[in-house]
Amino acid sequence: MAKIRPDYENSWWAKLLRWLETGSTALDDALTGELDAKSADHLIASNTHHDAQEQELEERRHAALEREKRLYDHIHQWAQNRGSRLMRWVYIIASVVMCLGIIALLLTTAANLPPYGDPNNPVNNEVSGHYIEKGMQETGAVNIVAGMILDYRAFDTLGESNVLFIAAVTVLILLRLAPSKDGKPTTEQLEAEADDRMYEPKHDVILQHQANLLVPLILLFGVYVIMNGHISPGGGFSGGAIMGAGLILYLNAHGFRKTERFFTFTTFRIVSLCALSFYACSKAYSFFTGANHLTSIFTPGTPGMLFSAGLIPYLNIAVGLVVCCTMYAFYTLFRKGDM
Amino acid sequence: MLDIIRFILAAVLTAGGLFCLLSGVVGVYKFRYALSRVHAAALLDTVGILLMLLGVIIATGFTVASAKMLVVIAFLWLTSPVSGHLIGRMEVTINDELDKDAEVLDKAYVEHEKEPEAAVQSPAEASESTASAEEEEVQ
Repeated sequence: MAKIRPDYENSWWAKLLRWLETGSTALDDALTGELDAKSADHLIASNTHHDAQEQELEERRHAALEREKRLYDHIHQWAQNRGSRLMRWVYIIASVVMCLGIIALLLTTAANLPPYGDPNNPVNNEVSGHYIEKGMQETGAVNIVAGMILDYRAFDTLGESNVLFIAAVTVLILLRLAPSKDGKPTTEQLEAEADDRMYEPKHDVILQHQANLLVPLILLFGVYVIMNGHISPGGGFSGGAIMGAGLILYLNAHGFRKTERFFTFTTFRIVSLCALSFYACSKAYSFFTGANHLTSIFTPGTPGMLFSAGLIPYLNIAVGLVVCCTMYAFYTLFRKGDM
Repeated sequence: MLDIIRFILAAVLTAGGLFCLLSGVVGVYKFRYALSRVHAAALLDTVGILLMLLGVIIATGFTVASAKMLVVIAFLWLTSPVSGHLIGRMEVTINDELDKDAEVLDKAYVEHEKEPEAAVQSPAEASESTASAEEEEVQ
């Protein structure tokens, strides 16, 4: 960018530009008389020609608009009268057909089910009996559900955690406002924030006191549910949901400025990545060593103790962290478009 | 004899809780305005559940489960009135024709609520300023 000089108007460059754009005054003065005498008729003629052209264009545009309006009215009337009647019939027929089809499908399925109470049914195979009888002995988990979802069918649970993570990433793609490069908030982010606090009762003293009292208890309870997932009912999913709810309560009470100090987008990224990769690596290790923990360092231990049941407590922690982060991320993304 | 007294007490408490729950549900569906409905819902959440759970505690005797029920009562009494308060405050904030729906006693407060920037910034600034003033006094 050039510097602006105070005497720019009198510099040579400015004079040259002025001459190029408007012509020199001497030449203008010399030519004015000739122009006045010569080109008045010519100018008027060109003006009329131009007017005619413009009028024609205007007429054509009007005609096109009229045509469009007629077409629109025609379609609109058809949709109002005959189209809506036709579509109503289509809807009725389609709904009846779909209903009858689903009824027929379900009835044939129900008719072809194996008879109730037959001992040879596929439900009564040896797998569930094996889980119930030897589950605690093999996995070390008192809570048989935890033993099942995190040991026998741990691969399935990895898929579930990944589903949650993928859902969070999809919401991120759809809702997150692009961050600026220089660290300052962009206009969109500022607008979203102003929109967010437009109708939100902020700095509510009652809510803040209640949150100060309850959030630590809620987080502690979530940790308890996660850590005792292999001993009592609970586990990673429910405990993570409780912890996420506690974080959301804290955010509602104290606003984004407080939560940004310990939970940003980077935190979400790191925690989710570490938890999911730990899960994948530990389960891969478990599968490669025979999937029965006999040769691994994580022995089932004494059932009922806190550090027992092999890998299950650690996997519960990983699942709980993913669920907690995902819940919090959903809330913040839907509210502000950022974390 | 004691068992009969306990049973009667538990039954009376549970019936009272059921009555409160029923009246709360009827109020939520019957009242026309949001603040009235919040009032009914708050009754439902606090008194109804308190009486119900007290009746269940007396009926089961004092075990670990009944201690957990006491915790549930404490949790609900801490959370439910606050949520009702927040819903009411939201209604006051976003309803432009509050005068038509309800009787407004403190108009200055409502105006203060309706200006979000002032409502957001003034308490924070006030608390910051008082905190800094206190710090200066300490120093």
